[in-house]
Amino acid sequence: MLEQDSGLSLTIARIVQRLKGSSLHSQLERQARISLHNPEIKLESLKEDIKDFLKTSGWEKKLQNAVYSELNVFPSPCHPAAPPEHMKEPLAYMRKAQGSWEKRILKSLNSMCTELSIPLAQKRPASEQKELLNKWNEMGTDEPDLSLFRPVYAPKDFLEVLMNLRNPNYENGEQLSFRNHLGLIQVPLKVKDIPELKEDFSELDLNVGQLGIDDSAQVPPEFFENEHVRIGQKVLAEQDSAAAQQYVRQGCPTALRADLWALILNISNQPEDILYYEQLKSNVIQHDLLVDSLIYKDVKLTASNDDYYFVFEDYLYQVLLCFSRDTSVLEHFAYSSATPPKSYIRGKLGIEEYAVFYPPNGVIPFHGFSMYVAPLCFLYHEPSKLYQIFREMYVRFFFRLHSISSHPSGIVSLCLLFETLLQTHLPQLFYHLREIGAQPLRISFKWMVRAFSGYLATDQLLLLWDRILGYNSLEILAVLAAAVFAFRAVNLMEVTSLAAAEAVLADLSTLKVMPLLQIFLFATVT
Amino acid sequence: MAGKVKWVTDIEKSVLINNFEKRGWIQVAENEDWNFYWCVIHWFQFVCLKPSRNIIARMSVQTIRNVFSVETGYRLSDDQIVNHFPNHYELTRKDLMVKNIKRYRKELEKEGSPLAEKDENGKYIYLDFVPVTFMLPADYNLFVEEFRKNPSSTWIMKPCGKAQGKGIFLINKLSQIKKWSRDSKTSSFVSQSSKEAYVISLYINNPLLIGGKKFDLRLYVLVSTYRPLRCYMYKLGFCRFCTVKYTPSTSELDNMFVHLTNVAIQKHGDDYNHIHGGKWTVSNLRLYLESTRGKEVTNKLFDEIHWIIVQSLKAVAPVMNNDKHCFECYGYDIIIDDKLKPWLIEVNASPSLTSSTANDRILKYNLINDTLNIAVPNGEIPDCKWNKSPPKEVLGNYEVLYDEEMAQSDGSDRDLRSRSGQSTGTKGNRGRDSGKPVLTTWK
Repeated sequence: MLEQDSGLSLTIARIVQRLKGSSLHSQLERQARISLHNPEIKLESLKEDIKDFLKTSGWEKKLQNAVYSELNVFPSPCHPAAPPEHMKEPLAYMRKAQGSWEKRILKSLNSMCTELSIPLAQKRPASEQKELLNKWNEMGTDEPDLSLFRPVYAPKDFLEVLMNLRNPNYENGEQLSFRNHLGLIQVPLKVKDIPELKEDFSELDLNVGQLGIDDSAQVPPEFFENEHVRIGQKVLAEQDSAAAQQYVRQGCPTALRADLWALILNISNQPEDILYYEQLKSNVIQHDLLVDSLIYKDVKLTASNDDYYFVFEDYLYQVLLCFSRDTSVLEHFAYSSATPPKSYIRGKLGIEEYAVFYPPNGVIPFHGFSMYVAPLCFLYHEPSKLYQIFREMYVRFFFRLHSISSHPSGIVSLCLLFETLLQTHLPQLFYHLREIGAQPLRISFKWMVRAFSGYLATDQLLLLWDRILGYNSLEILAVLAAAVFAFRAVNLMEVTSLAAAEAVLADLSTLKVMPLLQIFLFATVT
Repeated sequence: MAGKVKWVTDIEKSVLINNFEKRGWIQVAENEDWNFYWCVIHWFQFVCLKPSRNIIARMSVQTIRNVFSVETGYRLSDDQIVNHFPNHYELTRKDLMVKNIKRYRKELEKEGSPLAEKDENGKYIYLDFVPVTFMLPADYNLFVEEFRKNPSSTWIMKPCGKAQGKGIFLINKLSQIKKWSRDSKTSSFVSQSSKEAYVISLYINNPLLIGGKKFDLRLYVLVSTYRPLRCYMYKLGFCRFCTVKYTPSTSELDNMFVHLTNVAIQKHGDDYNHIHGGKWTVSNLRLYLESTRGKEVTNKLFDEIHWIIVQSLKAVAPVMNNDKHCFECYGYDIIIDDKLKPWLIEVNASPSLTSSTANDRILKYNLINDTLNIAVPNGEIPDCKWNKSPPKEVLGNYEVLYDEEMAQSDGSDRDLRSRSGQSTGTKGNRGRDSGKPVLTTWK
């Protein structure tokens, strides 16, 4: 009981500390001060009257949303005496693995740098700055020579690392038998089974209305869709983050999605946010970073060739270049297992005062990174809002997809969840694929790392991401991956090679996400 | 006695040939007995059709005149159909289309139809969907008058008889079109020869931009008969994006990559991509607009697009030779401006069947497939006396856009909203005769 209390007071203390410096705090103060002019505010009951005023004017709701946001993003402290690394990652061997992985990435980046004799960062000459400013809205037409650049790593490199993860404390002395885990991931993390998933994802049940199923042409809108839209409008009118998060579990109507996501992520696009974005933009103009070329290359290789996203190529540069200069992103490293790479000013190697994070936001993009942003372009056409939404999505969700941790939404757990679901519920298929050298994870890994962006049709992808936001978890990615295999099981049983298996699963653009999930979780005989 | 359908075509396109072959149809030459003729109309070259089945005649394409004219005494037999209406140019030639629409509007106005209602500026409320257009050199003086009202406007010159963006250029000064002035002593204005005729339209310089890029819509519309009007809209139209950022700046007027969305032009730009070909599906457009602008305005936009297509067909229906041996699949080009108003730019009689990407090939293959299913029921030898009312199952990706017969038989406004999610929006049979006061529900 005592622990629970102290845990709660720790959480409260932390949230208060974080919100104290925020712009919301100063806005609340200003509002309270302005309210003193109101006749209803009486000196005798000053505190109560101001509180009432804040409640009726909607400011309390904003505060509520901010607190809710903090609760969602930051994990609760496990124990008052736990050191800060434990908030990043409690398991020592995971921390170690992430550390080695980071060293490898940095080595690769540095060697590319030396090979090409390009500095990691340099100030742009004035003429170049002017040129870039003019071209800001059409950087896609630029054709810099990127042939010598290679992505720092691709998802499959990362998969190799994860396959070799081992817990040194875990002795699995038994002979390798069918009862063991047949997949590629060999660490003993706890993952959910279908009964637990059914409970967690109860809103996806067969008897609950869903967008993505119950809004199809054959279903009259009176059954579900009209009411659902009406409720969505109400949630938006109330501006309640928590209600929005609950609501989107059944899917967002397309017209309301942009606002609902902004509400859940607590993005309001205030003038100071726009100013902040402009500041980042001027940082981009002034300094040239090596990662910029990596970003260009990635966009050119992925989004520019995508049927859905090629239109938004220029927006992707505008978002990603600014993103890499955004030092506020460094905050997320407090709860991520990753640590931002450090670089030193030339000639001052090892001297801490001359250490800088590189890139400034600590995130080195990999092949496919721009696909995290691309789907958002369908929702937000205003660059600064698009930017903020992406940044928030990254620090809440996407960072877990490319760092090694034991978190249930971390990529390692997702892989293990996927493999376990498949082995438990489609053992014949799993065994067959394994026998022909087509480990299922080899195919589904890239889907999960990209949160299915670029693999599903956009409208389906957005329905999937609705649920990621609604459940504040990425586990649905693993469930969907397993559901896709279940759906194509018949064809997969007939293939005899990895290449053939890849071919069966090459095109997911016709899949309907919600029926697949629903059937897999709630309608499959286990 | 179900013999195999014999087909002729004058273009070698795999999307066509594959469709014929999969139905087991037999290719024949144009001077043999044939049941189905798919031809491409080059301006001024009409297909050679045998005057009668018993005479084998080969006429040089160059000397062909309107084969459907009464003088040549042709007769197509009941088991022959062609993929064009004889005087389709009433709709597909830029100058004639405008002329017919202007005439149609005046007629409605004279009748006192509510459709022809005008606003306080004298603009048609419901029928203003073609940018202000003049024929040159015929209307040169009228054009100058209009030009002087807005001297800073940009106008687009298009040759009447060409396609694929050929010969199009933009002007913003009268001097640039001196040649077409009727009074000009230096003009080589000889006769009203259609070859030199141009139309000049007000250029829409505030197009809706997505990702900063200009685009237009290509929609396919199948007409099986004009009287009664029966037309179908293909659900899978697409948007064609310019590869270069749009800028209304006058320095870029000559840069056709900025302004013209024809794939034939864009294909040669530096940034043309062969994977997506700069094309977006209409369902992507719909998703984007619903997400960023809201459902109501998006539905309204698509409603308006359907409206202007139907109105354009109604405008030419009275003058169209409604030959029962004919059907036609048009390619409609539509531009949306930044106020989400659609504008009809032109109608193509022979929309390109060239595929620029893999997706494109699939789309065009399915387009032909569905077209053939409707025009040639059951893939059997056609009988053009049939009622041209295909059952719903064969429509494929087509949806009924307007069925005049059905609309007239309904007393009330039966609004069948088919909510196909990502499709082009409200569909169904509508009571849309002029005089019916149901415009508010359409809009």
